[in-house]
Amino acid sequence: MGDPMKIRARMQGDVAEVRVLMGHPMETGQRKGSDGKIIPAHFIKQIRAELNGKVVFEAAISQAISRNPLFAFKVKGAKAGDKLSITWEDNKGDKRTDTVTISG
Amino acid sequence: MDNTRRRVLRGASAAGAVFAAFATGALKPSDALAITWDKSAFEAKSMVDALKALHVSSATDSKDIVIRAPDIAENGAVVPIDITSNIPGTESISLFIEKNPFPYVGTFDMTKGAVPYVHVRVKVGQSSPVRVVVTAGGKHYQAVKDVKVTIGGCGG
Repeated sequence: MGDPMKIRARMQGDVAEVRVLMGHPMETGQRKGSDGKIIPAHFIKQIRAELNGKVVFEAAISQAISRNPLFAFKVKGAKAGDKLSITWEDNKGDKRTDTVTISG
Repeated sequence: MDNTRRRVLRGASAAGAVFAAFATGALKPSDALAITWDKSAFEAKSMVDALKALHVSSATDSKDIVIRAPDIAENGAVVPIDITSNIPGTESISLFIEKNPFPYVGTFDMTKGAVPYVHVRVKVGQSSPVRVVVTAGGKHYQAVKDVKVTIGGCGG
């Protein structure tokens, strides 16, 4: 669910540089809406990247990550043409996976 | 109280649950996350409690951890932070915004094929030290950078 991620994965020497933009409100549970009621927390808790189906990067994160999270990381042992998938899962159990081909 | 016995029992039941998940095929080995979402650490309201929850009793200051973040952030809702660890054998990078309501921002695993580098954008509620703790070879290392915020990122 959620909007498709924007993922860019490009070889830079012998590592793949990955940038991913996720569409997510990342509500902290501390903000009040226009009705004065607290907006419930709603945020991504875990992210994972797989290179050709093998996990290469993962993280556990909090609501302190900004709205529409952007992450950049670098993956060893990749080459142009490899498949890179990224998955996120939020505190409501919603999850989304998107896959790109690493460019040269 | 026999705490050891409690721990052993807890460990055994957790291992049993994982085994059951494997056995039923609900959990493929590749689905097993090395990183667990540590509720007690994420819900800790102080730096001390967060580190305690993560079992970081002491961390050595290290110049091999490079934190790039703005000295002054105009918008605390989106503060870009670049973290590089040049410590050999870096296993994980953890990030804390000390003065946020919940200081622990997260942990990034570096054992599976990622270069020990990560870029994130975080909310910083008020001017605060940004602390990075790196785990390598079972030891903890840290670096701190102060970020001033003119408009906070956690209120509303």
